[in-house]
Amino acid sequence: MLLIQCPYCGERPEPEFVYGGQAHRARPPPNAELGTQDWADYLYRRDNTRGVHAERWRHTHGCGRFFNALRDTTTDHFIATYKIGAPPPADSSARKAAR
Amino acid sequence: MQRFSALSLLKAGLSGQRGWTPQWRTAEPKAAYDAIIVGGGGHGLGTAYYLAKEHQLTNIAVLEKGWIGGGNTGRNTTIIRSNYLFGESAALYDHAVKLWETLSQTLNYNVMFSQRGVLMLAHSVHDVQVAKRHVHANRANGVDNEWLTPQAAQAFCPLLNIGDIRYPVLGAALQRRGGTARHDAVAWGYARAADALGVDIIENCEVTGIRRYGSGAVQSVETTRGLIRAPKIGVAAAGHTSVIMKMAGVGLPLESYPLQALVSEPIKPVFPCVVMSNTIHAYISQSDKGELVIGAGTDAYTSYTQRGALHISGHALEAVCELFPMFRRLRMLRNWGGIVDVTPDRSPIIGKTPVPGLYVNCGWGTGGFKATPGSAHVFAWTIAHDEPHPINAPFTLERFRDGNLIDEAAAAAVAH
Repeated sequence: MLLIQCPYCGERPEPEFVYGGQAHRARPPPNAELGTQDWADYLYRRDNTRGVHAERWRHTHGCGRFFNALRDTTTDHFIATYKIGAPPPADSSARKAAR
Repeated sequence: MQRFSALSLLKAGLSGQRGWTPQWRTAEPKAAYDAIIVGGGGHGLGTAYYLAKEHQLTNIAVLEKGWIGGGNTGRNTTIIRSNYLFGESAALYDHAVKLWETLSQTLNYNVMFSQRGVLMLAHSVHDVQVAKRHVHANRANGVDNEWLTPQAAQAFCPLLNIGDIRYPVLGAALQRRGGTARHDAVAWGYARAADALGVDIIENCEVTGIRRYGSGAVQSVETTRGLIRAPKIGVAAAGHTSVIMKMAGVGLPLESYPLQALVSEPIKPVFPCVVMSNTIHAYISQSDKGELVIGAGTDAYTSYTQRGALHISGHALEAVCELFPMFRRLRMLRNWGGIVDVTPDRSPIIGKTPVPGLYVNCGWGTGGFKATPGSAHVFAWTIAHDEPHPINAPFTLERFRDGNLIDEAAAAAVAH
């Protein structure tokens, strides 16, 4: 079980959270001229990163808010969590801060 | 290759079982092959075997970054069934079951395939409706499946607790041709048979890059044991398929999750079949060694760690203890995780890719073991002919673009 640092509530156990998949994916604007492959990529294709992965979480059984996280998928170690709308922290500085 | 028979076992017995030789060579990588298979699990080794056996392509290598069968082939719960809802899936998985039925004879290697029956429980009105729909769909597709009342299910599996339980058993679907097989033996049997046909099985050889010609076609793979050229590369790397395919610039609709399993201490034979419950989520069978083999769910988040969270396996154990109260006193010996590559529709991708000469067999998610022979058979066909076999023709990468999903995810409403 993971301990996850909610940016609003602090450290809480994993069952309070719901995983929200890869972060920083923007839905194409309503009138965008997109081909079917572009839509397929938006809907289905994921980076599935082996290494540092930016992802969404929701503190469902807490504050209810979404936030983003950087997690190393080879160790499940959280490097940083940050609020929606903020850019992902630079990986190296975040790693240093997490230590 | 030393062939196994009653006579060869008897002869070896008379000389104290000495004189057995390794069942396959330790091959050194050559500079070039006619085809390379990336991934030495059951799917990859089987593909190499069928390429050599049925398509006379013997100058091929299987590259495995660890040891063969050390990934999901050695980590699954060995359940085999073909009772999928849609016609495309039923054809694919039943192709596999038919090959399972003669696999030990085909390979001259006992894979311990046991058609002890797979019982899938229903715990709610919705479950009953879904299960009956599956039974009818399967029978229309020529796949055996039958509906059992709770009492008939209990007669088939006497330990099953159908009444004194939070979600009582309202019935079950039974596929009698389903069952289990010895997972390690599947990898070893295919490796031995492929090796005998000249296939090089190269362990401790991790692919680190894929080189392509200016035309886009594959040229070679970079590995931890040097550069190896091949005009055809088939990737069957399970949870790490995204990582390999990214080396060739191909993005896939896959996410990799840890899936867990556990075994109990070994006990005397008590459990005659396979029981699965999608609703309260547990799978259970008994190995020939006597351990209860229990399958849990996937973790909520993507990961490559090959271990899962304790509360996930705890949840499966709670369900098992409800269904089979006598198992409450058993101790669990081991639990472990494997990394499974899950597609949005929970159906595999087997076929060509946008890169000429590069083929992929992935997306088996939480249920790839059952399909091993069928998957390997049609993937070998695809590589040899540069076009899909009719059975895997619907399982393209392009189905996500074209909207032709084979949506077993929606059909089962759970990971399966």
